[in-house]
This record gives sequence, structure tokens and C-alpha cells, in this order.
Amino acid sequence: MPRSPGEAESAPRPPESQTMSGPPAGIEEMHATRHVRLEDLNAYYGSNHAVKDVNLSFEPGRVTAIIGPSGCGKSTMVRCVNRMHEEIPGARSDGHVLLDDVDLHASNVDVVSVRRLVGMVFQKPNPFPTMSISDNVASGLRFTGTPRGEISDRVESALEGAGLWNEVKDRLSSPGMGLSGGQQQRLCIARALAVEPDVLLMDEPCSALDPVATLKIEELIGQLKEKVTIAIVTHNMQQAGRVADTTAFMLDGELIEVGPTDKMFTTPDDDRTEQYVTGKFG
Amino acid sequence: MSQPAGTHPLLATNGNLRRRHAVNRAVEISAWIAALLAVAVLALVITSVAVKGISSINIDFFTKNTANFGGGGIGNAIVGSAIIVGVATLMAVPLGILVAIYTSEFAGQRSAFAIRYVLDILNGVPTIVTAIFIFGLIVVPQGKQSGFAGSVALAIVMLPLIARSCHEVLTLVPGAVKEAGLALGASRWRTTLSVVIPTAISGMITGALLAVARAAGETAPLLLTTSIFPDLVQTSPGQAIPNIPVTIFKYSESPDPTKHAQAWGAALILILFVLLISIIARTFSARTRRRLGAAR
Ligand SMILES: Nc1ncnc2c1ncn2[C@@H]1O[C@H](COP(=O)(O)OP(=O)(O)OP(=O)(O)O)[C@@H](O)[C@H]1O
Ligand SMILES: [Mg+2]
Repeated sequence: MPRSPGEAESAPRPPESQTMSGPPAGIEEMHATRHVRLEDLNAYYGSNHAVKDVNLSFEPGRVTAIIGPSGCGKSTMVRCVNRMHEEIPGARSDGHVLLDDVDLHASNVDVVSVRRLVGMVFQKPNPFPTMSISDNVASGLRFTGTPRGEISDRVESALEGAGLWNEVKDRLSSPGMGLSGGQQQRLCIARALAVEPDVLLMDEPCSALDPVATLKIEELIGQLKEKVTIAIVTHNMQQAGRVADTTAFMLDGELIEVGPTDKMFTTPDDDRTEQYVTGKFG
Repeated sequence: MSQPAGTHPLLATNGNLRRRHAVNRAVEISAWIAALLAVAVLALVITSVAVKGISSINIDFFTKNTANFGGGGIGNAIVGSAIIVGVATLMAVPLGILVAIYTSEFAGQRSAFAIRYVLDILNGVPTIVTAIFIFGLIVVPQGKQSGFAGSVALAIVMLPLIARSCHEVLTLVPGAVKEAGLALGASRWRTTLSVVIPTAISGMITGALLAVARAAGETAPLLLTTSIFPDLVQTSPGQAIPNIPVTIFKYSESPDPTKHAQAWGAALILILFVLLISIIARTFSARTRRRLGAAR
């Protein structure tokens, strides 16, 4: 790829006029403010201890990349943050996931409000197959009881936030499945953004996409990090270099090292990190 | 294979290759013959019913009521069958769909397995046994036959068919789609109602329609529950309701040759109805397959 690390963030933004036509409310006014802190987080599948004593934070305004070999627990860890981990039969976790200072697993915290604040984008684009483009984006709003009148404005602003508005504005009522893979993934990002989350988790969002679609999503991440706190799981070291300010390296369920992306890729403290980022294993 | 055996390995013919071709051909042909046989049986049944039944089909056949001798038609039996099967459908479809939703979306692995196993057994129960059960449960205490008792018996026949087929299509909905719903803050119920069911709906309709087609022709459950009826239109489920399968049965035992012809005519109507339902069901299932294929 002919791009060097860090370039994505400084890439020219699309002209402002593209978003000027949108309604005043919504995505444009969001600002990343929330801190996510994992404290002594452990996660299990039955007796399989998949995440071990992880301490890590996702800072607002900065993108945190999570890298590590397959099966090291990256997905499991991020799925603890929006409590999707507990949906799997036999799965459990302990330790703390704090959003600012509130423990997301506390008994008085409702899982629905957790998932409103913490959005998620999955590895494979998964638009709802029976819904149109606009219904896909509106679905989260409908689930959470947003007044009918607000929905179409918020759909538009979410699609703009995901950089998809210009491509789909003339066919909002056609099926979401009719889009290309990259467009579908941006549709899923728009769907997650529509409920205006404070945190966005992305689990290998580009692994099913071609390089051009990948680049678009990376640019999007660069723009969105001002608005939401972002954590991205990736297998692609170059991608971590391009989009992330902070990189965390996991191995066998443990967090080995976390630090500024540049340092992680040039002079990491831990030998295992160095071996991994230089491609010696994993 | 008249190629001269050259030196190039691609052109070399050997016994192995020839044998593979022969085996391939033999399997292909026998599969083809078996398929042809199945189609031929169906064609034979339909044509023989059509040939024997077509002569008795005219306007009167649909508008006149059943009669013991001579003319008449099956008008009241058609209306009655529609009512009995309709009431049975109203009972079996919601229940079957709820069972399927429970086994596919909510139940733990073990209880889902147990329930599906029970449904399979229920599906295997001979319909005459179901009929006797309902006879003892409803007809005997009430002291009379009723369309309602027939409907309950048919609903028992339909329930496992609907629950099983709906379970199968619901489990075809990709997990990624369900996760997307949950991750957006929808509860499990909300995800099931707004995302899973709409994705699977045409397949569920297919299952329900095929169960209707099956119930429409069931005779044993009706013989014990709603077979003694006057030759009138009867629409109240509290009374024995005339119906097509029992009419076919009675007419075919009649000494009157006109009645025999009418039995064939009624059978033809029944077969055409089942065919029609199956064709409609096919179009729905094709739609589901497209949708689920796209979601994969
Ligand atoms: N649904 C599940 N049930 C049981 N064990 C699971 C499940 N999902 C993951 N695991 C196990 O948990 C461990 C961590 O898996 P996880 O999916 O978090 O890895 P990952 O780092 O995301 O890998 P990849 O890069 O391949 O996505 C693995 O040992 C895996 O086998
Ligand atoms: Mg993963």
C-alpha cells in the first residue's frame, strides 16, 4: 500500500459543503468525551479462559488499535465492552469495564443503555436483509423509541457521517443488501452511528473488503475519532499504523503491551511485540 | 474416445478412466429413472383421478349440497372443509410458530432438542390415534360430533409440521444478523420480531401452507369427529360439519354409480387444491432462499 503510517488522519477531508446540506442536529455535533477503562478484565467460555487480567483504556479523540495473533482474545475483549460477550451460552466475565466512572456490568446498569452508548461494527457487513437502506439506519432508532418525526433527519446525518449519503441518497428505499460490500460496511457504520453512541467498537471492519473500500473506511475512522471514542481490532499491521494513535498488543488472552502506535511499531518494550510487528510469528 | 493414445498424459486413455465414465453414467441413469418413476406415479394418480372425476364436475357440483342418491354436489362439503381447516389453521399456526421461536431463539440446547424430539414423535403418531384421542376428549363428553372437534384433531396433525419447518427456517437466519440487532440495543424479543421473523417469514409461510395442504386431505381425524352430518350447509363449529374427505369416503361406499363418479370429482377438487397450495408455497420458499442467500 503506497501510504505511510499516520497519513490517513491528515488526508484531506471531503469538502464541508457535503455536510452543510444536512440538518443541524446529529452526528456533526457529537464530540468524543467518553473514556473506557478495562480493569482486571477476565473473560471465559466455559472453562476456556480467553481474556486474562486485561487493563487497558480507550481514550476519547484517539483511536485505539488492538492487534495480536488469531485466537488471542481480541474479539472477546471488545465484546465485553458492549456486553455482547454475555449473549453467548456458557460465557462469563469478571473485572470491570468502566465508562467514565460507571461500571457497565453493575447490576443497576441496563444492557440496552450500554449498547446505545457503545456501538459495534462487525467483521462481516451484516445489514438487515429485509430492510431498505434507510430502514437499516433507522433500525437502532426504532429499537430505542426515537420519535418518528426525528428519524429521517437522523438517518440522513448518520449516512453523511458514514460517508455514504451521496452514494445512496437517490435510493434510500432500495434494499441494503443491494449495496457493494464496502458500502454495506459503511451502512453498518451509519446504523451504529445513528443512535449517536459515545464509543464505537470495530472488530476487523475491513477484513472482508477490498483495498479501496478499506481506505474509505480508514478515512472515515480518521474523521469519526473526533466524535466518538474508537477501538478497532485489526489483523492488518499497516492499518493499525494508518488509523491508530494507540496500539495494544495481545497474546494468549493477555495484554502484552500498549503504547503510542509509532513506538509500538518501531521500538516496543517487549520482545514478543517486536517479534509480532516485524512478522516473526503470528 | 477415438483419440489415438499419444504420449501426452492428458490424451492417454486407460481402463481406470473408462471405468469411471461407465460408473458415472450408470449412476446418472438410475437416478434419472428413479426420478422419472416418482413423477410418473404422481402423473398417474392425477390423470386417473382427473379422467374418472372430470365428468361429474359442473356448476351444480359446486353449488348443490350433498345428497344420498342421484344428483347433488359437494357445495356444503367445500364450505365445511374450508371452515374446519381454517379453524384448525388458526389454532395450529400461532402455536406452531411460537414453539418454533422458542426452540430456535430462546430455549437452551438441551430443551430445544427435547422439544424437537417430542414434535417428531407427535408427527409420527398415526392420525387415527389422534382421532380416537380427540373422540374421547371432546366428542364423548359433549355427546355429539362437532366441526370443532375435527379442527382440534387436524390442528394436532398440523402443529408438529409447522413447528418443525418454522424452526428450520428460523435457524437459517444468520447469527450475524441477530447479533447486529442485539448490538443495537434491541432485546432478544425485539430482535426476533423485527429482524429474525421478517427475514424468515416466507419460509414460515411455506411451512404453514404445506401443513394446510396436508390437513385438507386428512380423513381419519374427521371420521370420528365430524362425519354424521345432514346434507345441508353447516357453518357452526358446534355441530358436525360436512367436509370433502368424509364425503369422498361415503360416496365411494355408495351402491350408486353417479356417487362413485362424484367421489372421483371431489377427489379431483381436493388434489387440485393441494397442488395449488404447494405451488404457492414453492414461490414463497424461493423468496426465502433468495433472501437468506443474500444474507449469507
Ligand atoms: N463462541 C465461542 N465459544 C467458545 N469459545 C470461543 C468462542 N469464541 C471464541 N472462543 C475462544 O476464545 C478464544 C479467543 O477468541 P477470540 O475470538 O476473542 O480471538 P480473536 O483474537 O478475536 O481471534 P481472530 O483474530 O481470529 O478473530 C479462542 O481460544 C477461541 O477459541
Ligand atoms: Mg476476532
